Amino acid sequence: MSKTETQTKKSTKKTAAEKPAKAVSKKTQPESKIAELQHGRERKTVIMQGNEAVSYGALDAGVDFFAGYPITPSTEIAEILAEELPKRGGVFIQMEDEIASICAITGASLAGAKSLTATSGPGFSLMQEGIGYAKITETPCVVVNVQRLGPSTGMPTSPAQGDIMQSRWGSHGDSPAIVLYPDSVKECYELSIRAVNLSEKYRTCVVLLLDEVLGHMRESVTLPDMGNVRVIKRIKPTVPPHWYKHYDENQKYLSPLASFGEGYRFHVTGLTHDQHGFPTNKNSEAGDMMSRLRKKISYNIRDLVQIESYMMDDADIAIFAAGIVARSAKAAIAMARYEGIKVGLLRPLTIWPFPDVAVRKMLLNVSTVIVPELNQGQLVNEIRRLTKDKNESDIVRLQKVNGELISPAEILQKIKEVI
Amino acid sequence: MKFPKNYEVRLSGSGGQGLILAGIILARAAVIDGHNVTQTQSYGPESRGGYSRADVIISDRDIYFPEAINFNCLLALTQEACDKYLFDLRDTGVLIIDTTFVKNLALAAENTYELPFTEITVNELGNPITTNIVTLSFLAKVTGVVSDEALETSIRETVKPAFVEINMKAMKLGFKLAEENRI
Repeated sequence: MSKTETQTKKSTKKTAAEKPAKAVSKKTQPESKIAELQHGRERKTVIMQGNEAVSYGALDAGVDFFAGYPITPSTEIAEILAEELPKRGGVFIQMEDEIASICAITGASLAGAKSLTATSGPGFSLMQEGIGYAKITETPCVVVNVQRLGPSTGMPTSPAQGDIMQSRWGSHGDSPAIVLYPDSVKECYELSIRAVNLSEKYRTCVVLLLDEVLGHMRESVTLPDMGNVRVIKRIKPTVPPHWYKHYDENQKYLSPLASFGEGYRFHVTGLTHDQHGFPTNKNSEAGDMMSRLRKKISYNIRDLVQIESYMMDDADIAIFAAGIVARSAKAAIAMARYEGIKVGLLRPLTIWPFPDVAVRKMLLNVSTVIVPELNQGQLVNEIRRLTKDKNESDIVRLQKVNGELISPAEILQKIKEVI
Repeated sequence: MKFPKNYEVRLSGSGGQGLILAGIILARAAVIDGHNVTQTQSYGPESRGGYSRADVIISDRDIYFPEAINFNCLLALTQEACDKYLFDLRDTGVLIIDTTFVKNLALAAENTYELPFTEITVNELGNPITTNIVTLSFLAKVTGVVSDEALETSIRETVKPAFVEINMKAMKLGFKLAEENRI
């Protein structure tokens, strides 16, 4: 009985999933990327680049507008979306620079599009003002930043994690940030969908950080059926147009969002504004606006934070690493465990807001924390902030900024130094 | 072929020799065979010249670190690449070098295949452009790391339709060379 029930459930899901695929296959382009992808889906497991996974994740999440300026190592995202978006009725624009790109996706989002841009360090720096604008106007959009070695143009094809702090504090003014950080091609796909979902739900600019190696790396992945992909739509106002406030809020500090052209009138400005969007100099209204920006993140922290705990149950030593470095750490842990050393890994999938509570709790029982990162000390200071009970010598730094990955052997060596 | 642990392949040479494409083809073939795969690359800003390498790791377990550290197989198409990576080859590893460009071998590995691949390709197919497929097919045959059918499917899926024919010829040439020169 129970078997047949589950089977019928599955079959109903499939029909829902097949619809968008049919619409695409009508257009006769057998060599196109989407045909390749669907061919792969028959096979279930495909080989895919991190950048490809981000692109298809964005498409599956319903992104229908991309404006960007191609830059290594994120170029593939622009390439794929340039091919795929027009087929699905979306819009792709190659802009004159990154400043225009972030402004274009903010504008498109206000007109009701789900929008995304992709860049790397140099472009991310140019986008900072626009990101601040998207945050103060509470406009959903996603910026993918495939990090390369900096500062400035640096080394375009070498990995680095130099933008961890920039993605948090890059834009001026005191604003919250949501930043996601995958470590595998499969997670690129999942977190790309999640980034779009979170931006729609929280009405803010969400940053998806990637490492150069991950963006360019190909890996075997099994993607979920489209029917199992959870897509969040933005909250629409339920009130008549003359009651609408552009920056209204519910109990969870989330606000409904009307689009231009739907009959709702609102004003959009980068100046500090009241609930209708008009500039204000009243201190009380300015305070309200700033606290709403903060509270919509801090009140929903459980929804936002994701953290992976790997072999931490009996660990004496913890490694805290994000992105591609976490994979080196996992390889090092396998080597250390083989020798009987109890090591575990904590890996944040959401790096901002920083998972304070979870990290503090998980680091209570370990004696030492090793923080390997491809920069000169960004994550380690956050760990230091949360581990006041530990000595300075119990927080071990492992930093590399020469354009190479940290190898498992280097982490293993650090582990052996501290035991 | 079963992979209890990581099987690491490094394809190295200079930009323009098609090594990254060869890496993608090898990785896709391994996926078709049902293995876990990661494929990474490192290259300079130039589209031709400069260094270029592609790493493929094939395993039946989860692959953590995505770059090759100790290779089970090293393909070197330039002297520079050969000198740089030779000492990271495992003792039992397979070394394949193109004697058209690699003149000095600093270390005699146990399983070494030395053939003038570029020269042979030019003589047989009239063009050096498919040397990557010839060497890759040779590599696949002598190591048995992917099945012949998977490699063929992978090449067909990866290269542009207009170039399938010439690449099929290159693949067959690679297989033939492997049969003739098997150690």
